Amino acid sequence: MRALVYGAATALALAAAPAAAQQSQFEKYQKMVAEGSPVELFELSGEELWKKKQGPRQASLEKCDLGKGPGVLKGAYAALPRYFKDVDRVMDLETRLLHCMTTLQGRTREEATKRLFGDANQPSEMEYLSAYVAGQSRGTKLAPGAAHPKEKEAYELGKTMFFYRTGAWDFSCASCHGEAGKRIRMSELPVLSEPKAARPLMATWPAYRVSNSTFVTMQWRINDCYRQMRTPEPNFGSETTVALITYLTVTAKGEAYRGPGTKR
Amino acid sequence: MKRNLIVLAAFAATAAYAEPTARDVQQVLQRDFHPRGQATMERLAQDGVQRVCTETRDQPPAALAKQLEADQMKTIAFPSGSLMGDWKNGEKIAQSGRGSMWSDKPGAAAGGSCYNCHQLSPKELSHGTIGPSLLRFGKTRGNGADTQKYVYGKIYNAKAYNLCSQMPRLGHAGTLTEQQIKDLVALLLDPASPVNQ
Repeated sequence: MRALVYGAATALALAAAPAAAQQSQFEKYQKMVAEGSPVELFELSGEELWKKKQGPRQASLEKCDLGKGPGVLKGAYAALPRYFKDVDRVMDLETRLLHCMTTLQGRTREEATKRLFGDANQPSEMEYLSAYVAGQSRGTKLAPGAAHPKEKEAYELGKTMFFYRTGAWDFSCASCHGEAGKRIRMSELPVLSEPKAARPLMATWPAYRVSNSTFVTMQWRINDCYRQMRTPEPNFGSETTVALITYLTVTAKGEAYRGPGTKR
Repeated sequence: MKRNLIVLAAFAATAAYAEPTARDVQQVLQRDFHPRGQATMERLAQDGVQRVCTETRDQPPAALAKQLEADQMKTIAFPSGSLMGDWKNGEKIAQSGRGSMWSDKPGAAAGGSCYNCHQLSPKELSHGTIGPSLLRFGKTRGNGADTQKYVYGKIYNAKAYNLCSQMPRLGHAGTLTEQQIKDLVALLLDPASPVNQ
């Protein structure tokens, strides 16, 4: 059923945007891949982990407040990142999940962050949970926090970082995501500073990656871009990574969430 | 006086979410990143080229660009004699996307990631388009000493020729060795290279 809905949405998108002939082949492939995606399996495993009692307090995450109240999942992901009063900072999904692991479950940050990014053989807890929580926002329009001064500050910092040239190879995010119609090898590169490109992209993250059978999150995406930018490694859940995710999500606001997606 | 106060008040009102200054950003980066493998924290400090290109969104004033390009030119150590190495090695270097990442083994042979952005050999269909196509580069330009020198220099330090180019300074950054750059010069200029077929 979901595959049908997705297929219809793709068909609509195709009809609405006059795509170049070469792109339509690519989109057909994407659609084919999406229909055979194991994303729902990740969501199911994520639901089990959400309800599983863990840590010194033997508590589940079911009382985790993702911004809409303790345990409220419906539409929560689409409203992230946002400012959280209890920690006086902006958090994205993964940063907030980590916060709930340390507070509700009593786990140490060290233990909970030991294996954030998984692989094909063993996906990580964070990946499963991200799939589950994000899936509860399907159909909800992206509406990240953009009113609180700290949310505005996060947006500005993210924007600055997006254009900030650094690292051994002098790259900024815009080095690869700054000009329309460009590719790295065969990968098309969306101009993420523009709503037109950011919207469909942010509406489908996190995502299952067919090429290496992994489920990938936004924190992973930022981390792996910086790896290829030849910088040191960004800290998980740091102000910088959350600011970039805020900037990208605010740029994509208004788009109906339809992930977790399926990528090449 | 009154005007100054109004300006100050307006500044204070927007300061909470104004664009971060260059110094703020460096503080944030030093706090939010950690060194890993060969990727040290020093890499986050912007040099003059990175700073000017960031501040002008890659559109530096012409006079400043000319001056900084001249400074960059001085970083290039041109070897004496022929700059043409082995195009077969050059092709391998152009294909490889490894090198200078925290996930790369320090000291292991790096690549130039050339195909990520450029078309080179017509046999390689999986090439990027961020940089210009270099198909038949030597065929159209010949392989004289000046052309060799230009290609060597451009790969060693692309910012000496175009200050805010998106191309990494592969020699200057320590990613590629002198011999590897010579092999890439051959890939572009040797008449036997697939690039020129």
